[in-house]
Amino acid sequence: MPRSGEPLTAEVAGAATVPPAPRRGRHPLLRYVSIRLGISVLLVWGVTLVTFVMTNLVPADPVTAVLGDAAAADPEVVAQFRRELGLDRSLPEQYLLYLQRLLHLDLGTSAQTRRPVLDDLREAVPATAELALFVLLVSVVVGVGIGVFAALRHRRFADDVVRVVSLVGISAPTFWLALVVFYVGFYRLGWFPGSGRLDTQLVPPPQVTGFMTVDSLLAGQTATFVNALAHLLLPGLVLTLYTVGLLARFSRSAVLDVLNQEYVTAARAKGLPGRVVTFRYVLRGALLPILTVVGLSFGSLLSGAVLTETVFVWHGLGQYAYQAATRLDLQAVMGVGLVVGVTYITINFVVDLLYAVIDPRVRRQ
Amino acid sequence: MTLVSTTTRPRRRVPEALRSPLTVVGVVVAAGWLLVVVLGPLLQPADPLAQSPDRLAPLSAAHWFGTDSLGRDVLSRVIAGARISIPLSLLLVALSASVGSLLGAVAGLLGGVVDEVVMRLADLVLAFPTIILAMVVAAALGPSLTNAVIAMLVVTWPQYARVTRSLVLGARDREFVVAGRLLGIGWFTSLRRDVVPNVAGPVFALTTLDFGNAILLLSGLSFLGLGTVPPTPEWGLMVSDGVQNFTAWWVAAFPGLAICSIVLAFNFIGDALRDALDPRMQKAVGSRAL
Repeated sequence: MPRSGEPLTAEVAGAATVPPAPRRGRHPLLRYVSIRLGISVLLVWGVTLVTFVMTNLVPADPVTAVLGDAAAADPEVVAQFRRELGLDRSLPEQYLLYLQRLLHLDLGTSAQTRRPVLDDLREAVPATAELALFVLLVSVVVGVGIGVFAALRHRRFADDVVRVVSLVGISAPTFWLALVVFYVGFYRLGWFPGSGRLDTQLVPPPQVTGFMTVDSLLAGQTATFVNALAHLLLPGLVLTLYTVGLLARFSRSAVLDVLNQEYVTAARAKGLPGRVVTFRYVLRGALLPILTVVGLSFGSLLSGAVLTETVFVWHGLGQYAYQAATRLDLQAVMGVGLVVGVTYITINFVVDLLYAVIDPRVRRQ
Repeated sequence: MTLVSTTTRPRRRVPEALRSPLTVVGVVVAAGWLLVVVLGPLLQPADPLAQSPDRLAPLSAAHWFGTDSLGRDVLSRVIAGARISIPLSLLLVALSASVGSLLGAVAGLLGGVVDEVVMRLADLVLAFPTIILAMVVAAALGPSLTNAVIAMLVVTWPQYARVTRSLVLGARDREFVVAGRLLGIGWFTSLRRDVVPNVAGPVFALTTLDFGNAILLLSGLSFLGLGTVPPTPEWGLMVSDGVQNFTAWWVAAFPGLAICSIVLAFNFIGDALRDALDPRMQKAVGSRAL
């Protein structure tokens, strides 16, 4: 392949004769970051387009949905309302208005709670974030750990066990798993608290971060902290099973891919100790694809959270989205879509940045 | 001629990956479910929609899997559910594989603006977690089975587009494809005759793996009340009935196990197919054999 050979020969030739001519852009890293940033911004813009189109696709009339039937019968009220929301303008104009409102962090009013969607989200997002971060932390350690372990034991018993367990993890429907865990852990065994983020008789700590565990520690309430942590365990377990399965599978195949690379064979051939080969050569090579999947797993984590939160009455983003979607509260649904989409894009942007940190090729090219 | 063909034609062996015990389990379970789909009503001990005063009754000789909150026989509903979830998911996978692969192939083959538009659109869809986007679409269109399938189609085509595009890009510059184009055949003929046969394998493996996802997505949407509507005996909907009555564990347990078993079976098969069709994995297996 001439394409992959080109940079190498150019570099060698350059080193031998004159200093290599500066490539386009002095700072390849800066160029890389700005390209990634540009793509992310474009994607965010695309997300706003999607939510806007969705809001306009809906067959239900927003006027009746918000005003109620009585007020909707009065043409003057309706006209006034439409003017206020800009519904009497053309679609492109409406989109610009929509963007303008978004820039002022105005996500509209939820028909269900009769409050600004942003205020609702301010309460829901930390609940989900706390759960998701807790799960991600555990899953990355366990999932990547057993995935790498299985790959190093390729085609042996341990590998088969990990393969089957991780497949079961991603095959069980989350909402059902949530119910099973709820039934066994709470109803049958009574070892763990059931629904909610805190026992009802406990007073939530003053909100600082929105994370129950962190806020209770900040307020110095140890009992509340323990209770909040206990409430995290069952929904956390449900989501962990899925995420561990996902990460284990991908880490395993990432490591298997690297194990077949020639540089690993070369490292072995020159007599490096197995531990050095594993950690310095194999794991470093597999780090990039694993990192990508960790970033992507956040998306499935949020999907799983929607289903898990419904079962555990966890007042987070998922439950909010579910209630909004079933009651055709479009402003709220789009608010969730926007927040989730933007979060997801941001995470993938951060992953791209980490690429540059880990992989020297990204920095140079 | 006869002599040559009988003595030297290599016998096609079933690849090793397809002979593992897991694959066999997967095939057996999947075949079992297929049988349930075909035989359906013959296997049901009762009418899946018939209500009775015998509500939330535990397992018994009359009701092997107990009854649900309306006194309906859970076993009959699980069997009837197979005839909804399985064909619907097959349809969905077929649709999204066709749409996605076609778009991906066209993008890869034509390149340029078409490529950019299709792939950026795919990126956009992938910027949302699956079920949340499906929820948004399903909510906007209104809850019904058709809309649920449309919503799922919207969120599932991009992965096929991506895979097919990258496979097509790999195949596009191969000598025989270039030769065909030089001979003056149109891009569609080139796609159909030279490219498709070379990308069909991996895409097929993906559909097998994706079938499980389709079942999970469909039942998940129904569970949330955005897919099938009651009283349809759909598995996800049945599990949501079990949330209301979680003390009667059998209401949710059996439809959940049904979902688990078929998804797992297809994942076993899909994994094996991917290993068998992916040359990189074959290399991995081969180097081990040395």
